[in-house]
Amino acid sequence: MDMHVAVIQFPGSNCDQDAYHAFASVLKTPAKLVWHKDKTLGDARAVIVPGGFSFGDYLRCGAIARFSPAMQAVKEFAANGGKVMGICNGFQILCESGLLPGALIRNNCLEFRCQEQWLKVEDSTAHFNKETLGQRVNIPIAHGEGNYRIDEAGLAELEKNKQILFRYEENPNGSLCDIAGIRNKAGNVFGMMPHPERAVEPFHPSQHGVALLKAFLAE
Amino acid sequence: MSAPLPPNPAKELNVAITPELIKSHGFQPDEYDLIKDILGREPTMTELGVFSVMWSEHCSYKNSRLLLRGFPMEKKDPNALGKVLVRAGEENAGVIDIGDNWAICFKIESHNHPSAVEPFEGAATGVGGIIRDIFTMGARPALLTNSLRFGDIRTSAQSRRLLRGVVAGISHYGNCIGIPNVGGDIYFDKSYEGNPLVNALCLGTLRHDQIKRGAATGIGNPVYYVGAATGRDGLGGAAFASKELSETSSEDRPAVQKGDPFMEKLLLEACLELMEVPGLVVGIQDMGAAGLTCSTAETASRGSSGIQIELDLVPQRETGMNSYEIMLSESQERMLVIVTKGREKEIEDIFAKWDLHAVQIGEVVEGDEMIVTHHGVPVVKIPAKRLADDAPLCMQEAKEPATIAQMRDWKPESLQPADEALLQKALPALLNHPTIAQKRWIWQQYDHMVIAGTVLSPGSDAGVARLRLGDKEKYVAIANDCNNSYCKADPYKGAAIAVIECLQNLACSGARALGLTDNLNFGNPYKPESFYYLKEAIKGLAEACTFYDIPVTGGNVSLYNESPELAIDPTPTVSIAGLIEKPEHVTTQWAGRGQSLVLLGDWPNELGQSMYLQELHDLKTGAVPAFEFGKIQKLIDLTLELITQGKVKAAHDISEGGLLSSVAEMLFGHNETIGATLDLSQAPASIRKDALLYGEGPGRIIVATTDADAVLSAARAKGVPAAKIGETSAQGSELKISGTALSWDAAALRKGWEDAIPSLMNA
Repeated sequence: MDMHVAVIQFPGSNCDQDAYHAFASVLKTPAKLVWHKDKTLGDARAVIVPGGFSFGDYLRCGAIARFSPAMQAVKEFAANGGKVMGICNGFQILCESGLLPGALIRNNCLEFRCQEQWLKVEDSTAHFNKETLGQRVNIPIAHGEGNYRIDEAGLAELEKNKQILFRYEENPNGSLCDIAGIRNKAGNVFGMMPHPERAVEPFHPSQHGVALLKAFLAE
Repeated sequence: MSAPLPPNPAKELNVAITPELIKSHGFQPDEYDLIKDILGREPTMTELGVFSVMWSEHCSYKNSRLLLRGFPMEKKDPNALGKVLVRAGEENAGVIDIGDNWAICFKIESHNHPSAVEPFEGAATGVGGIIRDIFTMGARPALLTNSLRFGDIRTSAQSRRLLRGVVAGISHYGNCIGIPNVGGDIYFDKSYEGNPLVNALCLGTLRHDQIKRGAATGIGNPVYYVGAATGRDGLGGAAFASKELSETSSEDRPAVQKGDPFMEKLLLEACLELMEVPGLVVGIQDMGAAGLTCSTAETASRGSSGIQIELDLVPQRETGMNSYEIMLSESQERMLVIVTKGREKEIEDIFAKWDLHAVQIGEVVEGDEMIVTHHGVPVVKIPAKRLADDAPLCMQEAKEPATIAQMRDWKPESLQPADEALLQKALPALLNHPTIAQKRWIWQQYDHMVIAGTVLSPGSDAGVARLRLGDKEKYVAIANDCNNSYCKADPYKGAAIAVIECLQNLACSGARALGLTDNLNFGNPYKPESFYYLKEAIKGLAEACTFYDIPVTGGNVSLYNESPELAIDPTPTVSIAGLIEKPEHVTTQWAGRGQSLVLLGDWPNELGQSMYLQELHDLKTGAVPAFEFGKIQKLIDLTLELITQGKVKAAHDISEGGLLSSVAEMLFGHNETIGATLDLSQAPASIRKDALLYGEGPGRIIVATTDADAVLSAARAKGVPAAKIGETSAQGSELKISGTALSWDAAALRKGWEDAIPSLMNA
């Protein structure tokens, strides 16, 4: 059986189908939706925690989703070195789960922002480096709570370990040090507020998401 | 006489029906007599409530239904794409064939009164309500748009507050549920001060075999209540929407519902999953206006059967609710589902997966009655068909308002010819008017990209989305319009122009129109002037739709749009959905460098009701611009022909702000602002300069092309007047008119156009 990309579906996820299609229809990579009540991920080669409003973002974005059975499986998968990417609400869930450091709070404009967004690609990992993605990518954002926060020590760690994947060219939400995406120290868990799955088709603002998702899957 | 019902279990409901109660429920005396006639006895208090919501203007269309019969409901041309599969009024929303066994389902609905009182929740639940209408039909929602009207945000803090609240509410609901808001239209005008209009549209897709009906059939089939629990919120909302706003309307705040988009997302997914199970769902209907009352009465009526429900079984989130309250609650995110008997476990399992209520509250029964029991005691017993269909329909007296003749008779000659200083100043003034200015402040708060199918974002002539349909793809376009000044001055022409404007917007985007949904926002129908507007506007819509063979597939009527000060300008908002044959036909308004600009259609030559008159001369007057249906058909055919032949790089119609505003918008490109040199020397010398540059009127489209000769000869062949009016520049951003001193920096114009709304809202 083909190894597949597992896209976790929470109640309230709304970018699950978009992520699924980006892999299955555009990248032509086998993908599978995994319901949040499932305790296993099957034969997954990588996991996407998609965007949306899991559990209505009640309490705090991502705060309830982290208790879903599937997230326990994702934690085990990540602990064994499996690749996990959280997009938008997925990034928030990974932060709440402790798989990524820091937290995401309300945009400093206090409004939702949906727009094209240029990002600086940072020199972070072999797979997300400038050789693969170039210096900058145009990936849309759509969030109300994308303002990344971390304490001073945590920020120093991120910088020291080159864990920052992307920075906003023009900061849309007040994010600390323009941070748009990070990885964990081990380099297998990624989180970003922008939506690469919305930058894959000819009519999208760019097709930079294709290289980004491929870079994520690269061995 | 029929026997009276036993005493209601709730003591407070066992009261005599007094003339005061009859009046406070909105009934005329003869309407109450009809109720007694239908029942063969006096109604109970709960029944009085049930009749009052079912026969409210909002649910029964009592003052508009007779007029609406003039709308074309079917496509005349049986071979054309766009056959109507579900007609207006038959179900929750109309359905149109788009080929390959797929269909679109779409409708617009107003939430004006709730939004006036509580803008955030009012607008949010408006979006929630229209989405339910679409997935009730079996369709997966694909896009949203909205038509909004507010007072002048430059001068009115209240209008700014309402705009902020409404946009936040739409954003809250649409973003969370994950349906992209791809477009809309918005006007700012004093007449909407205190009575904003919030019309929300949803469009979904479905296969022909997925169409669901809201009919209760099959004696013994169980009736399920699914979704959120019932509370006291929104009590009597339909009745609230059927009266004028007053100083004390804020006391009606409990009649405004509170929305939960997360709950609706679960309901949407659970219902679509449910409807995919072959043979399980017999009928389904959302509980929108008039909640449980409307859904039980209408499903029974459509199914020509009886229905019986027990209110003790209804999930409730408040204690001590009586039958009147439960029946009239407009709590959101609830549906009524009738399934095949014996398959109860299947529906219960699906809803358990989504952690939602799915409770059997009754069944389809013999006979024709809607029977409601509470604690086992019958509290409502009404022939369902008569309740659902027999609301009295009326024609009110119509009288042409005196202002119509006054405005029609205004003479442009009464205005001094404009000097160059005025012509120079007018363009930035118009581009900075909130109605013409960029609306990014609004749509950047909407997730307009979720579903990853948005091809043309808000801010284009039409919203365009790629639909993923099984292994097929199709491109749908949607345009919205209605110029209130035109409708106030001449409701017949104004409404027809709204249709034409949508058709032109669709054509400029490369789309062929399929079907129309309308939202008729008017004042109190019992005022003869108000009723005249309604009647004439419907006539204008009907004649335009008939001429262009665009069936009306559904919509909404919202009357009593009057604040304590005045009635709104009549506003029949129109939305037309169309299809774009191939993705390469998708066209925007953004011209490129070194292209020719060609005007298709007549030279602009009228000033009546233009934004120029309003803004530069403080005159809201004049005759509504003239048009001929046939000439515009040719223009639209020509535009589409040029687009499909690849001869056009950009297209934009002339609307508010006239020719120069349209040209300027074509220069405000996606990546850079470009310049242009216009040469209008071919225009007849008899046309006033201000009317040429800033006059409005349907039937005019500007295209950008690299082959002006081909465009001009195609226009000649079709018999459409056309003239080359200039060229975009190879570099720089100067917009100038040769032979005059008129010159602007398009980049500076753009800055004013972009900053106009943010500078008001972020101040």
